Amino acid sequence: MTEHTETILDASAVERTLRRMAGEIVEANGGTDNLVIVGIQRRGVQLADRIVALINASDGVAVPRGALDITLYRDDLQTIGPRPVVGATELPGSIDGCNVVIVDDVLFTGRTIRAALDELADFGRPARIELAVLIDRGGRELPIQPDIVGKKVAVRAGDRVDVQVHEIDGQSAVVLVSKRFE
Amino acid sequence: MTAAAPLGKDLLGLEPLSGEQISLILDTAEPFKEISERAIKKVPTLRGSTVVNLFFENSTRTRISFEFAEKRLSADTVNVSSSGSSVSKGETLVDTARNLEAMRIDMVVIRHGSSGAAKFLAGRIESNVINAGDGMHEHPTQGLLDLLTLRDHFKRIEGLRVCICGDVLHSRVARSNIWGLRKLGAEVAVCGPRSLMPNAIDEMGVTVFSRIEEAIEWADALNILRLQLERMTAGYIPSLREYNRVFGVTRERLERAPRDVLILHPGPMNRGVEIDSDVADGPHSVILPQVTNGVAVRMAVLYLLSGGRPELAESAKAGKGAP
Repeated sequence: MTEHTETILDASAVERTLRRMAGEIVEANGGTDNLVIVGIQRRGVQLADRIVALINASDGVAVPRGALDITLYRDDLQTIGPRPVVGATELPGSIDGCNVVIVDDVLFTGRTIRAALDELADFGRPARIELAVLIDRGGRELPIQPDIVGKKVAVRAGDRVDVQVHEIDGQSAVVLVSKRFE
Repeated sequence: MTAAAPLGKDLLGLEPLSGEQISLILDTAEPFKEISERAIKKVPTLRGSTVVNLFFENSTRTRISFEFAEKRLSADTVNVSSSGSSVSKGETLVDTARNLEAMRIDMVVIRHGSSGAAKFLAGRIESNVINAGDGMHEHPTQGLLDLLTLRDHFKRIEGLRVCICGDVLHSRVARSNIWGLRKLGAEVAVCGPRSLMPNAIDEMGVTVFSRIEEAIEWADALNILRLQLERMTAGYIPSLREYNRVFGVTRERLERAPRDVLILHPGPMNRGVEIDSDVADGPHSVILPQVTNGVAVRMAVLYLLSGGRPELAESAKAGKGAP
């Protein structure tokens, strides 16, 4: 069996997609008042940074950005091996009454987002929570849907969607990794 | 997410761990500190797990620290002490643990007056066992919280010069510190009266100072141990006043040091004996941050021992339950 890779979005396509998503976030919230963008560790945080920078460039407003690590809220501690490294959760202040936009790289089963909602509820009571994802690959196991989607991709079971970001991977791209029998 | 070296079933001491495993615990403890700063100091990670704190020796801070760690991870906890339990009626340690295990517990935190008690128990029950101090052997979570406190302050462990001062003979903290510090690349020394040094101390790869002034001049940090008067069945020192005069860490002695020396103490302190109050409460003391770090380190240990059962990981890989 070999791995076959296909680039779904290259660096410029990622940039264009994030620009559109940033615009949709501002439009959906009627501006940037009360807006907080929260990225899910790890790559969701870098994507959230890019979206905040794009909003800042177009609207001249520095939207507060937070980071959420959902590791301790996963529902599968007993089944994960090797164990994940716990990352940092940092919110830019109280989220009570705020419009929080959760940003993640890939939406798959929905369990990560369930965990993120549980964690956010421990920090306060936002007025509204929306979900923005760069890639929606389908395959949900929970009734969770995104509000803002960069790109929908039909992915076969067993295939993988890798979102690469400059800060971690040295380049910006979205790659579909499929396993094929030769 | 990255792969991490597994710790195994139990945490019995720092001697059996590699430097990588010790670093894994310290790295994991780092984000756990933030949970104790939240308004709701609780995450659901160990929801449904039951932890029994078997404390056969008196302890306040270690037991409370473990209990905070367990509760902040949402585990259910039960405290058992020897007085008031079946142990006082003659039940053996293994029978006590087996009975508790029959009630479907997941983890046991044990403190015991006999060296090796934690290992003895770990070999006989399936639950995870965490050593919270066994006789004069080890106190691994205290060693880990000392390492975390040093790393917080100096941003490194490798190359640090740490001197453990005082009653090394009776101290399980000293042993855990020596193993942990050396595995992470620190230079370690001990200082105290020869009567309070183990015979084989030279074989542990540490420098031995017999004068506290020399130790202070050499060290970046002093970990000052309590004189364990309750364990002293013979005349190890002439008197407490004499001990303070020769080995006490005082402000005057620290002021003569060539650099600022960080002060650690695992507590409880005998003020005016091994440490003076103006040192314990002084600007270079990290005694209270040690206590704060203790909760984070214990959360990390509970978390790391709880996760990743291989047989369930296999079924997860087969397509069930992974996020």
